[in-house]
Amino acid sequence: MAGAAIEATALVREFKKGPRAVDGIDLRVEPGEVYGFLGPNGAGKSTTVHMLTTLLPPTSGSARVAGHDVVKEGAQVRAAIGAALQEAALDPFLTGREHMKLQTALHGMRGDEARERSETLLDRVGLTQAADRRVGGYSGGMKRRLDLALALVHRPRILFLDEPTTGLDPQSRSALWDEVGRLAADRGVTVFLTTQYLEEADVLADRVGIIHNGRLVAEGTPEALKAEIGRPSVEVVPADPGDLPRMRGVLARFGESVTGSTKGASVRLSGGDAQLADVVRALDAEDIHVEHLQLHAPTLDDVFLEKTGRSLEGQVEEQPTPAEPAVA
Amino acid sequence: MLARRSVVRTLRQPLMVVPSLVFPLMLLSINSSGLDSTTRLPGFPTDSYFEFALAIAFVQGALFSANSAGTNVASDIESGFLNRLSLTPLRRVALMMGQLAGILALGLIQAVTFLLVGVAFGAGIEAGLAGAFVIVAMSLTISLAFGCIGAFVALRTGSGEAVQGVFPLFFAALFLSSMALPRDLIEIDWFRTVATYNPVSYMLEGIRSLVITGWDAEAIALGFACAGGLALIALAAASSALRTRMVRT
Repeated sequence: MAGAAIEATALVREFKKGPRAVDGIDLRVEPGEVYGFLGPNGAGKSTTVHMLTTLLPPTSGSARVAGHDVVKEGAQVRAAIGAALQEAALDPFLTGREHMKLQTALHGMRGDEARERSETLLDRVGLTQAADRRVGGYSGGMKRRLDLALALVHRPRILFLDEPTTGLDPQSRSALWDEVGRLAADRGVTVFLTTQYLEEADVLADRVGIIHNGRLVAEGTPEALKAEIGRPSVEVVPADPGDLPRMRGVLARFGESVTGSTKGASVRLSGGDAQLADVVRALDAEDIHVEHLQLHAPTLDDVFLEKTGRSLEGQVEEQPTPAEPAVA
Repeated sequence: MLARRSVVRTLRQPLMVVPSLVFPLMLLSINSSGLDSTTRLPGFPTDSYFEFALAIAFVQGALFSANSAGTNVASDIESGFLNRLSLTPLRRVALMMGQLAGILALGLIQAVTFLLVGVAFGAGIEAGLAGAFVIVAMSLTISLAFGCIGAFVALRTGSGEAVQGVFPLFFAALFLSSMALPRDLIEIDWFRTVATYNPVSYMLEGIRSLVITGWDAEAIALGFACAGGLALIALAAASSALRTRMVRT
């Protein structure tokens, strides 16, 4: 594939009622890359995916996927991509094998080719044993794995996964991560993954784009983004909650305050982790007894906080904003 | 494949199939026992109210098709299944035809059941075996018409609740027709006028004529014209709504 696998320029999507769900996004994802699109509910992740997968025309701007314009060459884009969108889109009255049979037929496969492809993919996602059970009885993880298998039927070069592990237990999440990692590493599939989980982006993505209120506010490898923040933070919880205001005053000498601690206070250490001993001495000098003290290396949440002024953690269970359900 | 999926999906939902068979038969049983004296009215076309009312079961069953088709389509929209289909090379017309296969399968089961129950309980099909096939054909056309209306509502709204909300309106259309009495015996002027303009009356009369009269070309033609016309209009509306719903570029 020559050039970028996914390329978007000033991509905008407005809905009749509500703000701009996507507000001028520029993206470039290279072939074989796993790109993590990170943001809270309502940030514009799904709307972006719907535009890139041809399910929603952009209001303005342009995007090319697999070298084809998403507006003018929709059919060619769809032939090159696979997608597992939010909520596994399955028919509860059909079995896993019947889903595979339908999907292979819709992609023009017949006979042995269709059967072999179905069996290979069912085996790959660990659903061979459950293939003849109706999907209505599947667990969330099984549904997601079947959804992934269906998206891979026609051997797509680019795979869109819209919050593939939302609502899954840690074991199912980990299994799906393994499979996505294998796809990218062994098959060279480009993966565009939206997620609201920091850990998921950190583990899976070669590069991460952080989206907030429809805008891309940061982009880079997880390591580079965290290095940009650079300095660690220290979180301190006083033994006596009455000491909290005094403790905040002491901590303020060592750096800017950061949100995130519910019982205590956190500051980003302007002089790095070498200041930790000074913090302890200063608290001791003020006779503030400490219940808990922890040094945090920068995380993607720190990056998110730095770029948006809000923490991503704790927002993941929020309901979508009114702008996004139109395409969800 | 989509047609097969639609049929399988419909048949695997007993709560969709069973009421569409049981309720029309219950209404038939209640009507035919409670309104039997109506046959003594001068000009009533038969001395068996059961035979007169048998046609109602076919149309009432078809109304359930609207609910079934609409609910299935709405469920595909709500679950994202329609989006999955949109990402395949599938053509819209194939999707619509696939959905209609489920309606026709349910309609066929209903029509055959109502015919067999009717004959088993003493209804004579005046038009004979060939007439029975025509009844099934007309019943399927009526199912298609109402099924397409259900699909249209689902595609426009994307909501199963909206389909359920429209369901009572179909029953109002049935009750405001020549369901219980021949139109010329309806004494209330406004009711007779509404029944005359109500296409459901002609659907009922088409089937009814084959049961109690024999080969009445005018009634059969009107029945097919109303059912087929409504089916075409509803199919066009549903196809247009599908085009809007599947906005893929």
